[in-house]
Amino acid sequence: MGLTLSISNVHKSYNGKHVLKDCSYSFERSGTYILTGPNGSGKSTFFRICTLLEDPDRGDVIFLSEGSAVAKTIELRRRITLLLPKVGVFNTTVFKNVAYGLMIRGINRDEMSERVMRALDFVGLEHKTNQKALTLSSGETQRLGIARAIVIEPEILFLDEPTASVDQENTEIIENIILKMKNMGKSIVVITTHDMAQAKRLADWLLLMKDGRFVQT
Amino acid sequence: MDSIIEGFGKAFFLILHLDPELLSIILLSLKVSGTALIVATTLGLPLGALTALKQFPGRGFIISVLNTSMGLPPVVVGLFLYLLLSRNRPLDYMALLYSPLAMIVAQSILAFPFVAALSHSAIIKIDPLIKKASLTLGATSFQVTTAIVREARYGIMAAIIAALGRVMAEVGAILIVGGNIAGYTRVMTTTIALETDKGNFALALALGIILLMISFVINMALYFIQKKGSLQT
Repeated sequence: MGLTLSISNVHKSYNGKHVLKDCSYSFERSGTYILTGPNGSGKSTFFRICTLLEDPDRGDVIFLSEGSAVAKTIELRRRITLLLPKVGVFNTTVFKNVAYGLMIRGINRDEMSERVMRALDFVGLEHKTNQKALTLSSGETQRLGIARAIVIEPEILFLDEPTASVDQENTEIIENIILKMKNMGKSIVVITTHDMAQAKRLADWLLLMKDGRFVQT
Repeated sequence: MDSIIEGFGKAFFLILHLDPELLSIILLSLKVSGTALIVATTLGLPLGALTALKQFPGRGFIISVLNTSMGLPPVVVGLFLYLLLSRNRPLDYMALLYSPLAMIVAQSILAFPFVAALSHSAIIKIDPLIKKASLTLGATSFQVTTAIVREARYGIMAAIIAALGRVMAEVGAILIVGGNIAGYTRVMTTTIALETDKGNFALALALGIILLMISFVINMALYFIQKKGSLQT
């Protein structure tokens, strides 16, 4: 097993309002973890803290590899990734969008091309390689975001509401992509969703969050 | 009316026969303005990016100064530079007055706020999701900045072209610090002013036509860049 994540007693507040209260959980095994709960329950804040985009006010966020804690450097950030509910698309082709994460890691051109094509094929966008990314539909944009995340082969992948802004057809396509990732069983995938039926379809582990706490795991 | 027609005739003759004096003046103009543009972009683009992407004390003041400086009268810039560079003045030891280098400095000062302020406007408009996307994909701070600046490329190109338009048409500052010396600091705009005074309309018109053509090319480039940018956003 590669990278694992342990969160213990994490607190976070904004302007005196407690958003996360004493959150603890360990993501230790590969598979799909579904985090569900009502709006404002703290799911997105939890994700930002897990992906090191924000620091908690109190508590520990510890990444472990081969039993040892991993320092929170850029190298660690490159082993995890987060897909936001709204995907930020670069004003260029679909190919170059997906290649971005590999380009900043200095991957050579041949390997980059091969990995990008494989990722695009995985999400069903292989026929849109040279299309301007800004002309994609919202569902395709979301799939582009998934391709861009998986192409860097993260050991822990966070998907924040990946189907919140897409139609039924694209929801099914994205669910199938997640199920394919789950079947590959290579990495830890953590997903937030409001849709309990979807949560049950995708989850290996189900986590329920309410008022900034895990109420059921 | 006849003298104007005759002037145009002679002007086209000079252009079509690639008159050496005309060519040397055009070449120096392009050299001075091109170098000034490179200097202004090298300094202005990082400042535009910094003020767009970072919060720091004095940021608002800098933005206001840059916006105000876009309206700097060229003759005032020329006057200040003259006062600094002339005999027994603080920068006299540099011996820059009446040289192409002094003209480059003057034009750089005029172009700099255009590049900085318009780049700032272009970069600040970029969707904050671009920054988040770069960060979540593992970009360093420098790579995030590069990604945002790349997204603003059409706006930045427009800023640079606007600055080029400003310096190519400028006459006041370079006339004061360059001195309009034949074969050394004489450029298109200063030659037009001088030859008009002398009543030699042929050369003035020839240069005027070329200046208009350059201005037209600059504006066409600006139009296409803005069109391309708007099509892709």
